Amino acid sequence: MDQILGNIDLLIQFPVVNLKIIIDGVMIGALFALAAYGLALVWGVMNVKNLAQGDFVIGGGYVSWWLANNVGLHPLLGVPVAFVVMWGIGWLTYKLVISRVIERDLFTSLLATFGLAIMYAQLMNLMFGSDTQSLVLDVSILGLQNNYYFADGLIDLPAAKVIGVVLAALLATGVILFMKRSRMGQAIRATAQDARAARVLGIDTEKVYAFTFSLNSAICGAAGAIIVMVWVIQPFYGITYSVRAFVIVTAAGLGNLPGVIAAGLGIGAAEQYGSHIFGIGYQQAIAVMLLLAVLVYRLLQQKRNRQVLQ
Amino acid sequence: MKIKTLGISFAMMMASTALAQAACEEINIGAAISLTGKYATNGVHTQNGYEFAIKKIDENGGVKIGDKCYKFKVTYYDDESKGDRAATLAERLINQDKVQYMLGPYSSGMTKAIAPVTEKYQIPMIEAEGASRSLFNKGYKYLFAVLSTSEQYLASAVTLAGEKAKEAGKEMSDVKVAIAVENDPFSLDIRAGVMEDAKKAGMKIVIDEKLPRDLSDMTAILTKVKLIKPDLLVVSGHSKGAATAVRQIGEQKIASPMIAMTHCEAADVTGNFGAAANDILCSTQWAETLTYEDPIFGTAANYETEFKAAYPEYGEKKVPYQTAQASAAIYVYKDAFERAGSLDKEKVRDAISATDMKTFYGGIKFSEAGNNVAKPMVLRQIQDGKYNVVAPSAFASHPLNYPRKPGS
Repeated sequence: MDQILGNIDLLIQFPVVNLKIIIDGVMIGALFALAAYGLALVWGVMNVKNLAQGDFVIGGGYVSWWLANNVGLHPLLGVPVAFVVMWGIGWLTYKLVISRVIERDLFTSLLATFGLAIMYAQLMNLMFGSDTQSLVLDVSILGLQNNYYFADGLIDLPAAKVIGVVLAALLATGVILFMKRSRMGQAIRATAQDARAARVLGIDTEKVYAFTFSLNSAICGAAGAIIVMVWVIQPFYGITYSVRAFVIVTAAGLGNLPGVIAAGLGIGAAEQYGSHIFGIGYQQAIAVMLLLAVLVYRLLQQKRNRQVLQ
Repeated sequence: MKIKTLGISFAMMMASTALAQAACEEINIGAAISLTGKYATNGVHTQNGYEFAIKKIDENGGVKIGDKCYKFKVTYYDDESKGDRAATLAERLINQDKVQYMLGPYSSGMTKAIAPVTEKYQIPMIEAEGASRSLFNKGYKYLFAVLSTSEQYLASAVTLAGEKAKEAGKEMSDVKVAIAVENDPFSLDIRAGVMEDAKKAGMKIVIDEKLPRDLSDMTAILTKVKLIKPDLLVVSGHSKGAATAVRQIGEQKIASPMIAMTHCEAADVTGNFGAAANDILCSTQWAETLTYEDPIFGTAANYETEFKAAYPEYGEKKVPYQTAQASAAIYVYKDAFERAGSLDKEKVRDAISATDMKTFYGGIKFSEAGNNVAKPMVLRQIQDGKYNVVAPSAFASHPLNYPRKPGS
């Protein structure tokens, strides 16, 4: 308790720290939002709740890490490469597993993706070892500093994090434009609204499903390639990203893209505040508590709506 | 002609080694070890350590019990880094494979899971990778550990911080200590050791945080460190803790005069983060620069060279201490069997308990509780990318850089 009070006191004594916490939170949140967006896509279009979401993220991180260490690929180029490679892995996963469970009930797909999550984590463990890995992004060749400091060094802005957020934003914008403008995007949205009707109108929903799942996997892969230069990855870290993605999608609701992004950033900031005040051990607990709060709120809201109907 | 004699002598040599090997009977030892799962990396280091020692002992004439010669053969099972699985496998080794002796798994958690089983069947177990002190307050009679217990890991950093404060003429009560450790038995022991020594010295604990198991971001703690400015920052959270800490200490330009942590090598902080790791203190059970030596493995440095020759995949990397202590555990078995002069497990247990030997890994002598009391923990400082021993002073090869200069 003393420690909690002391931590709050620090926030009041050094108001600039609040700003730092929010900046850090938004930077983490941007990456959570990416993973969550992919999840919302698959969930909304195919009604598959992908529990292996986080493992795709980590997979993308390892693609970039492996290429940087074995081929000497620049970490920034790792992002598009991870996008492409994870697209392929996503497609394979769809063809081998997801396509067989898509029409089944909820539990079958949950079990299947849960199994995938375990298998992917163990595969990465066998391939890359269980050590934590990360890449250091050196941007000095671009004429930038690797770290920027403000407010007496209290606020630090590592170039890698800023670039990561920019890349995440670019990717998100790209995907949104794609969904709105392109034929495939329209087909995906049509399938999400009513798969049968879409089929009647000549949309090859099987193709749409495969495309959507691959796209999700690719987005996750790119997010992972950003994460590996900003934080650290480990074969068994997937679950952290899966949990956050679920929290964000549940909180924001399906098909609510601005909501997903806002919830992502919000959860990032809330976690940072929470870990500052209650201790870093409660970081993930905060995310789950927020989910609970949102669910209770939703329930009350619906109850009110039902009463109005009656 | 010359070639022919050479050929003959070579053939004779081959025949004689074949004969020697055929003459040696096998002693079966069981080990459940993490070959997959989160401890896989260190599990493999441990297994390599066991196997290397077995090979070395074989080459040096095997284990002599009376006038008979024996060699070790280890049956390994993969515990998948899961405690319940480890315990099941220990039962299986003892009941189905009928092993009479056990080697430890990797990590305190796994050892904790197995120890009650070996104790129940009264099977001696020499372990090399479980340092938690909670293993040694349960009254186990068949558990022996060659490594220093975990509360000693970073306690010497507290002593060092105290010495430096005294030199600067500071009051002990002005010395501020920040602790960030993972919430697992091993790291919590480290915390307990640091807390105990800091309190004894009258220092103040200003930050005391537990890192989550899936840690990848500790900016929240480091921001506090920046505001409160402790004199000593202690971090322990396996290799992910070390990697995250060093990376973010560099990014956030944390300027604490002394930073001590565990698992620096496992996280390869010098290779991954370069200058950000500078002047950080790392605790280790063993270093190849120490002056220990024994007749089988030679000096610590010799162990390093020969091990690398046998396992070229270690390449440029330092041989981890996890490997060295695994080898030491096998060496203790050899020594104990020879002193017991029998394969009777009770006699062997008593012989293990009476161990008092000097090895390349350090002195080994077990307390009543089974932990090794003859070997100190070593602190090394990363100086220009090299690990140099700076404490305890008896083995120090380099002076301590204090205060630490934050790298960029």
